[in-house]
Amino acid sequence: MSEQQLFKVTIDNITVEVPAGTTILQAARQVGGDVAPPAMCYYTPLEGSGGKCRTCLVEVSKGSEKDPRPMPKLVASCRTTVMDGMEVKNITSPRVKDARAGVVEFLLLNHPLDCPVCDQAGECHLQDLGYQHGSDGTRYEFKRRTFSKHNLGNYIQLHMTRCILCYRCVFTADQVTGKRVHGVLDRGDHAEIATYIEKSLDNDFIGNVIDVCPVGALTDKTFRFKNRVWFTKPVDAHCNCTKCSGKVTLWQRGNEVLRVTARKDEWGEIKKTDDGKTGWICNECRFERKNINDWIIEGPTKVSRQSVISANHYETIDKPQDTLVEVMGGRQPKMLMDIHAISDVNQPGVKLSELPGPATGKTFNKNNQQ
Amino acid sequence: MGRKLLLANDKVEGIRYYDVYRREGGYRSVEKALKSLTPDEVTEEVKKSGLRGRGGAGFPAGMKWSFLAKPEGVPRYLVVNADESEPGTFKDRYLMEFIPHLLIEGMIVSSYALGSNNSYIYIRGEYWWIVDILEQAINEAKNNGWLGNNILGTGYNLEIHVQRGAGAYICGEETALLESLEGKRGNPRIKPPFPAVKGLWGCPTVVNNVETISAVVPIINEGGDEYAKIGVGKSTGTKLISACGNINKPGVYEIDMTISVEEFIYSDEYCGGIKNGKRLKACIPGGSSVPILPANLLLKTAKGEQRMMNYEGLAEGGFATGTMMGSGGFIVLDEDQCVVKHTYTLARFYRHESCGQCSPCREGTGWMEKLLLRLEKGEGKTSDIDLLWDIQRKIEGNTICPLGDAAAWPVAAAIRHFRDEFEWHVTNAAEAQTRNYGLAHYADALEVVA
Repeated sequence: MSEQQLFKVTIDNITVEVPAGTTILQAARQVGGDVAPPAMCYYTPLEGSGGKCRTCLVEVSKGSEKDPRPMPKLVASCRTTVMDGMEVKNITSPRVKDARAGVVEFLLLNHPLDCPVCDQAGECHLQDLGYQHGSDGTRYEFKRRTFSKHNLGNYIQLHMTRCILCYRCVFTADQVTGKRVHGVLDRGDHAEIATYIEKSLDNDFIGNVIDVCPVGALTDKTFRFKNRVWFTKPVDAHCNCTKCSGKVTLWQRGNEVLRVTARKDEWGEIKKTDDGKTGWICNECRFERKNINDWIIEGPTKVSRQSVISANHYETIDKPQDTLVEVMGGRQPKMLMDIHAISDVNQPGVKLSELPGPATGKTFNKNNQQ
Repeated sequence: MGRKLLLANDKVEGIRYYDVYRREGGYRSVEKALKSLTPDEVTEEVKKSGLRGRGGAGFPAGMKWSFLAKPEGVPRYLVVNADESEPGTFKDRYLMEFIPHLLIEGMIVSSYALGSNNSYIYIRGEYWWIVDILEQAINEAKNNGWLGNNILGTGYNLEIHVQRGAGAYICGEETALLESLEGKRGNPRIKPPFPAVKGLWGCPTVVNNVETISAVVPIINEGGDEYAKIGVGKSTGTKLISACGNINKPGVYEIDMTISVEEFIYSDEYCGGIKNGKRLKACIPGGSSVPILPANLLLKTAKGEQRMMNYEGLAEGGFATGTMMGSGGFIVLDEDQCVVKHTYTLARFYRHESCGQCSPCREGTGWMEKLLLRLEKGEGKTSDIDLLWDIQRKIEGNTICPLGDAAAWPVAAAIRHFRDEFEWHVTNAAEAQTRNYGLAHYADALEVVA
């Protein structure tokens, strides 16, 4: 087909048109906001990811225009492609909300909740998920599963206790590095991410597993306990790297570069560079170039949606626009008086910058001026 | 005396070997199918027979075969699921151990119908001695011209390979089985695509149970219409039931699905009644994952009718008052058995066998096991029972594969039908450690809802 076929899909009563083959999740992300289901294991650049965490479950209330039967079970939106005329319920479905609350509870069951000492805190997807969809307490009264920490080489530390087994790092190693030496051992609730026999992960691109980890299970050893992420300032920067695109985000405190990561979009996924290349960065950029002189700064990183790190620089903030006009039923507010005409202070005629010294009461004295 | 199709000559001395099997009329169906029928006609016969998958789900086998995608230039595969690991189910083991040639014969006919030139038997790793039996049977068949190139001069080629599993229950799920067969970690795949489109090595694949494939032999021999006459309604043909638990005669029985549950348990032809003159308390009629039923609901449906031993009969009343045929692992519990302990044992099994891929099953099964152990030890709270109900509700239907459902259903059914026994474990904790709750009212006749 030369021309891309467009499918109409309605998600929470909002209709969008997307190309055939798009997943429900991607269609919902086009709508944005609360309509986009959360995703803990799905990662767009990684082929085959998704379907495991079950947080993105949605209800399909109408299969398609041709076959309007609803799907009996909730489906994983990240792995289900849209059909023409499909109707999906996400936040408008009590069933979905109930199931999602259940999934959040399951994910947090064995999670240590050690956010105060976890490096991921502040940019953790599980924190966001728990905050948005979880309940305020747990009903679990048993001992949580724990593992000892492992050093996977000089740069990466694995803290399996925090892992939610999303398999993202496994896919990353498979697809980005081409040489995977870690994977999932055992099964069930005792399954763990591990190298087969205490091996280090050494590969030019293995550092990307830190970026894809939604929780604090894989952390950057050059950054561990250096700072809380919300105290650091993210700036976009680039360098001439021969191995990767060299386009990164630097996390600075003052002039010190504390951490280097790949650039991420609003869903926490690694962005493609402007010229369409993948945004994975090499280990040298990530771990070795910690001097500000190594980089050419482009400007502050715009962080939007979710996470406390975005607290002071929302990109898409909703400002109260035109509320006064709305309240007044469309009429423009009328000026009641001109303060400058009455008051002695703040005369627009006085140019403060042209004064020889600091302004005093005399400066604004009308008589003095005349 | 019911009709016997699969186990008609299982007691014949030496039926395990080719010469005897052939003398008893073996491989007739291969001759008939390859020489006088086209592959589509074979599929049509299976469709007409109404044969339903014997692995547990009961999906019509002929329908499954017709869904198989047939793109040009891509091989197709038949994979026989012999990873029989469901607690209480041991019918496939009996078939493969004593009449291995029946499975080989069924596979040749089925592979011919599906156009598979390489078919696989994925066998449970614990059945290590059966692998030898099957491989010997395959060699015998090959030496006698039933396998290999140009079978019976028809130009059809087929090789059968036996692959051992490594002991995971989850590899009985068809997509996990395919992953394992490809040499990967046995994690179920996310569906769609279904194996009929993208299965083994990305090629169209049909995965069938050992008993399903074996049943193809009598279907071809007798004709699909004849086969459909046995049984009732949509439950056609015969079904192997592996009966175990507190009964006088545990073993594998072939039933023609026209008998009642009561007859199956108490008649001397089958289970021969409850052992030691005890009374029946509960029963899981289809392998550990199907809902457990108390004696009164097992023998009579909620409408007060006799419950019949077939797909529809056992499912009568839905999950509220019914259960499922499942894989035919008939587990009988007498009045001395404790349902709480029994449920705990099953929960422990599912916790151990969960692959850990998706969160509800990975975390939920472990949680249920811990709660059930606490209840069983008499340290539980009444709220734990409601919590269990809520957990199973949040697992069921929200997982990638049916293992989540299989883990949730036994717990749900136990609480649904035996709630007072769970409560007794909480309120009379000390007593619960020394004696069983007994039969209580589980065998009393129920009020018939009009």
